[in-house]
Amino acid sequence: MSDSTPEEPAPQEELPDRPHRVIGTPSPAESRLLLAETAPGSTAGLPVVKPRELPANPQDMDDAKRAEKIVAACFIIAMLAGLGFIASYFIFQVHSVTGVLHSNLALGSCLGLTMLFLGIGTVVWVRRIMPHVEITEMRHPMRSDPEAREAFADTFNEGADASQFVKRPILRRTLIAATVPVAIAPIVLLRDLGPLPGTSLDHTVWRKGLRLLNYGANTPIRPADFSSPGGMITVVPDGYQNNFDALAKAACIIIKFAPGQVVYTDHDYSVDGFTVKNWTVDNIVCYSKICTHVGCPAALYEETTHHILCPCHQSTFDATRGAKVLFGPASRPLPQLPMTVDADGYLVARSDFTEPVGPSFWERGNSS
Amino acid sequence: MSIDKALSGTGSWLDDRFHGARGVRTLFRKIFPDHWTFMLGEIALYSFVILLLSGTFLALFFKPSMTDVIYHGSYMRLDGVHMSEAYASTLNISFDVRGGLLMRQIHHWAADLFVAAILAHMLRIFFTGAYRKPREINWLIGLVLFTLALLEGLFGYSLPDDLLSGAGLRITQGVLQSIPIVGTYLSFFLFGGQYPGTDIIPRMYILHVLLIPGLFLALIGAHLFIMFHQKHTQMPGKGHTNENVVGAPMYPYFMAKTGAFFFFTFAVVALAATFAQINPIWLYGPYNPLAISAGSQPDFYMGFLEGALRIMPAWQWVVFGHTFPFNVFIPALVPLGLIMTAAGLWPFLEQWITGDKSEHHVNQRPRNAPTRTGLGIAAVSFYGVLWLEGSNDVLADHFDVPLYTITWIARFAVFLVPIFAYIITKRICLGLQRKDLHLMQHGVETGIIRQLPSGEFIEETRPLSDEELAVIDRPVPLALPAGEGSTSADVPPPDRRGGLGRVKARLNELVQESVPVDGHSGGYGNGHAQNGHGATADEDHAAIGSGSAATDDEA
Repeated sequence: MSDSTPEEPAPQEELPDRPHRVIGTPSPAESRLLLAETAPGSTAGLPVVKPRELPANPQDMDDAKRAEKIVAACFIIAMLAGLGFIASYFIFQVHSVTGVLHSNLALGSCLGLTMLFLGIGTVVWVRRIMPHVEITEMRHPMRSDPEAREAFADTFNEGADASQFVKRPILRRTLIAATVPVAIAPIVLLRDLGPLPGTSLDHTVWRKGLRLLNYGANTPIRPADFSSPGGMITVVPDGYQNNFDALAKAACIIIKFAPGQVVYTDHDYSVDGFTVKNWTVDNIVCYSKICTHVGCPAALYEETTHHILCPCHQSTFDATRGAKVLFGPASRPLPQLPMTVDADGYLVARSDFTEPVGPSFWERGNSS
Repeated sequence: MSIDKALSGTGSWLDDRFHGARGVRTLFRKIFPDHWTFMLGEIALYSFVILLLSGTFLALFFKPSMTDVIYHGSYMRLDGVHMSEAYASTLNISFDVRGGLLMRQIHHWAADLFVAAILAHMLRIFFTGAYRKPREINWLIGLVLFTLALLEGLFGYSLPDDLLSGAGLRITQGVLQSIPIVGTYLSFFLFGGQYPGTDIIPRMYILHVLLIPGLFLALIGAHLFIMFHQKHTQMPGKGHTNENVVGAPMYPYFMAKTGAFFFFTFAVVALAATFAQINPIWLYGPYNPLAISAGSQPDFYMGFLEGALRIMPAWQWVVFGHTFPFNVFIPALVPLGLIMTAAGLWPFLEQWITGDKSEHHVNQRPRNAPTRTGLGIAAVSFYGVLWLEGSNDVLADHFDVPLYTITWIARFAVFLVPIFAYIITKRICLGLQRKDLHLMQHGVETGIIRQLPSGEFIEETRPLSDEELAVIDRPVPLALPAGEGSTSADVPPPDRRGGLGRVKARLNELVQESVPVDGHSGGYGNGHAQNGHGATADEDHAAIGSGSAATDDEA
């Protein structure tokens, strides 16, 4: 506030340090500290009594004096911790796991302590050094008074009239017509965010003659390589080992069973004129690894029960029965990859999957 | 003296330009009521500030790119591994930038605290009725902020492109793809083609650092401005009325206290980031669509959606060549949609049911609105069952319970627990009301036993002090105006005739169920006993009403 502007009494003089007082009503005299002050800039030197709304001193001066020391101590600790933070930045080097560990502990402890003691100091200050006050302020109903509302309505209507918006429908309608394309344009602009799905979800990169590679080692697989029935192996199409876009749909698992373990399903697969129940090569089956629920890799296999489990939402598939769903939210079996062996005796695809792999989608229909 | 001069000089300089003296003075004297639950929203606000600060630091080093790189940084166990630039730069922040790991962990802890504080704040608002007129709009803004926070968190923890968050992203994509009619297109447009593509990280990045924070800033600004303009609610207490606000002025009290609270929030987050590891992405490895780790869990605020996905039976229809994957889009959309829609409609539904169109600035104690509190706890327990089911594999492992058993229990519990929670909560509220009534009528037990001359022992009680009495805030049921046009007790007012009117009348009885204060009837009052406040109550009820008012005056 400017020195040159003598402080006028605010229209809503309020706020004694006790509840129950309404703004605009005189307060009981004892609730105020009456201080005589010389008006700033006053040359006459006349004492002007300015009522205080907040007491100048805490109720308990002795306690405040003790608290003052505590607050100062807190702030000094905060300052030291802050300096410690800066020092730690230069003392502790990173570039190794232990280095990062020590740096993180030092920097974090210093930062935490700085903040903690700033907070403690401030709270002690407020609670024990600032005088306690409780002030009652009046609320006003949110609804404006009738005159204001009427005045607003008048202003609004005058403006509406002056704008001619109501009177000239042709202006109104052409303006609205002009804004519609402008509103649609940004949506159109989003079209190039991605290609249209088309039939891309129906296919994977698997095709006739493509070898199945053992993922990781990236070696082709001979049925004879399986010495005994056992676990699950993740396989990928030859040439796409590092192509995540391809693998996100084409990843497969193969499982070798003991003779007689595979139960042929009543599910017919037809491809290239064949119609078969299951494609097994020497008791090896190949399923899509992409869960038919929401697409997580169905990566857990329990050898004793032959259950394939998706760890995301626990859809459970029976590997011996065409990956039939046994439990969980998946509604379809894992699709089977048609398999055979090539001239060199390696496992190859006989074709692409005969149905879309992965999660369901609107256009999928019953394409299986 | 020199300080005075400097301040007045600056103040004068500013006032010459902004005409601020009067306005800022009013601002300084703005009264803020005090209650510990009022700080829940502040925690959310300060977490947001911490998120902005730490996020800006991270953005200086993070590279939102899915370009394949071979890592040769300080974390030797991933040396020579193919990964996206996003993941590599996150490793770089963690191991090669001083303070980088601290900032990452501060950012992640602050995000979790942000959502947790929003949840707690929302529950406080709901259970105390602080959303009531005139604060409905702010309640709705809060719901939007909560939803945005979930989305912002999901995008944020997906950015490092690690194996754990990649699984979450894969689930997000599968869910998006399942939405009927538009799902495939939404997924292709968000991911720039088939999953995973190379667009999603940069796109999530710009949404995470610009668009959603911008919306946050605008909505938080509006949220705070409305709170400021309407003045904060206050808890029931002596001298607290609908027409006033009792507390300490903003300058210097509230400023200092809220500043201290910022420091405390920052201290908690910083110490958590120092001593509690969060999201160690280097242990998960880079994303790979073929790999996943068992026991994968999202951040806690996504848990209820995860649980909903796990709980859902495998329902799927194919109609006219189109697939309806109910097993995916129902759990993904319905629980959140149900909670949000119900929460958004509730203030208006309550107004319609009670006919109460007046302003409310004194909060209610939850016990004094038993039906609302019951409904709130029902919603919390619905959320809680889904949230627990989101960790069903972890629960099965820890408690040695079969996995499918937990899911089957949850499938029933998600419907039954909210019902029981509603009934039990309501009974507890009514019981607490009865306890309050007992205190008002018989006073507080002092623990002093006195022997009467006759030899009888009695315990002395003391009457409630004014302060205690004010807090108990006797349950005044929400006012039910009898409605215009009602001429006799037998003819219901027009707004309670017909099918909808009868529903309204029945619901009204339900939400007003409370223990009557005046002791007219022994059972649960239906609210009419206190209805003397209604402007045009019919004669019969008016008589009861005035009778009860008289009793109150005597009490």
